[in-house]
Amino acid sequence: MSPLQAWQICAVFGSASLLSVGGGNAIVPQLQRETVLDHHWLSAAQFADSFAIAQVAPGPSSLLVTLLGYRAAGLPGALLATVAIILPAAILVWVVARLWLRTGHARWHTALERGIAPVAVGLVAASGVVIATSVDHTALHWAVSAAAAAVLGATKINPLFVVLAGGAVGLWAG
Amino acid sequence: MNDAPSLWTLARAFNRIALASFGGGLSAWSREVIVAERGWMTEEEFLSASTICRILPGANQVNMAVFVGTRLHGVAGAVAAVAGLIAVSMILILLAGAFYLRYRHVPALQHALAGMASAAVGLTLSVAWHQGQRVLRSPAAGLLAVLSLAMAAGWRTPLWLTLLLLGPVGFWWAWRQEAGR
Repeated sequence: MSPLQAWQICAVFGSASLLSVGGGNAIVPQLQRETVLDHHWLSAAQFADSFAIAQVAPGPSSLLVTLLGYRAAGLPGALLATVAIILPAAILVWVVARLWLRTGHARWHTALERGIAPVAVGLVAASGVVIATSVDHTALHWAVSAAAAAVLGATKINPLFVVLAGGAVGLWAG
Repeated sequence: MNDAPSLWTLARAFNRIALASFGGGLSAWSREVIVAERGWMTEEEFLSASTICRILPGANQVNMAVFVGTRLHGVAGAVAAVAGLIAVSMILILLAGAFYLRYRHVPALQHALAGMASAAVGLTLSVAWHQGQRVLRSPAAGLLAVLSLAMAAGWRTPLWLTLLLLGPVGFWWAWRQEAGR
């Protein structure tokens, strides 16, 4: 990895870090433009495949940048891209977390915490619905989702078994 | 409410969250481990922290690792939690990249992945159910949750607008409840 390449990786992913508002996937179009069109680190098809891999692989889907960095400059590129996408946003979160945790006993803090909780529950439910409707969710997939939700809502079974069972159903029905 | 866990325990917990989320459902797994399994945060603490992490730029779960790590162990905790979340995942995603490029045309793989993703959706919904039982114990709270669900999933209102409209209402409701105690 040349110094120029290292600088380009830091610039592309470091600037994307603070732009990724509303979860990691907001910056995907920007990353696509910079890595495919501007720097030619990979082809558009390779980018689409990398995105799909990052969606299903374990861990945060922002590890898409690990694959992009790898295409750009091998293992050092993968490592540098990952650090560059995480560090700027992480420093900001650290500052905000410290401020928030320091005010733990103020009345406005507890009121905000209790008042935002119902809204947050709605957002959690919405994220499930949005994911289900954004991909090709057939009747069978909805049935799997509903069955998984019912089993996990009613029992204390390890969710991993339920996810694996979902994979088995998909395999069997496909 | 907790004895601060060691940095190693923290890193291992976040590694478990990451590895369990094969096929999706990462935020559901973080609640499962942090609240249900380890009891490092209460349901309300977790919800407010995760909302802050959604508003701030950055991947939500990486932000959450920074937040929880900071809460339990300061800067060192934040570094340990993020490292735990991504270290093994990075290796796996590079391996998965190589594997997927080779086998992506195999239909069985696609079907199994779609089934796992569907179950992960169910996992996310069941998390909302568990959290709702704890948090939605009045009609006003229930109404706020339904409204935020409708705005975010039904009308696709941007997150900042949803929070700008519902946040002050929730705050006002909780503020008056505190006064009534």
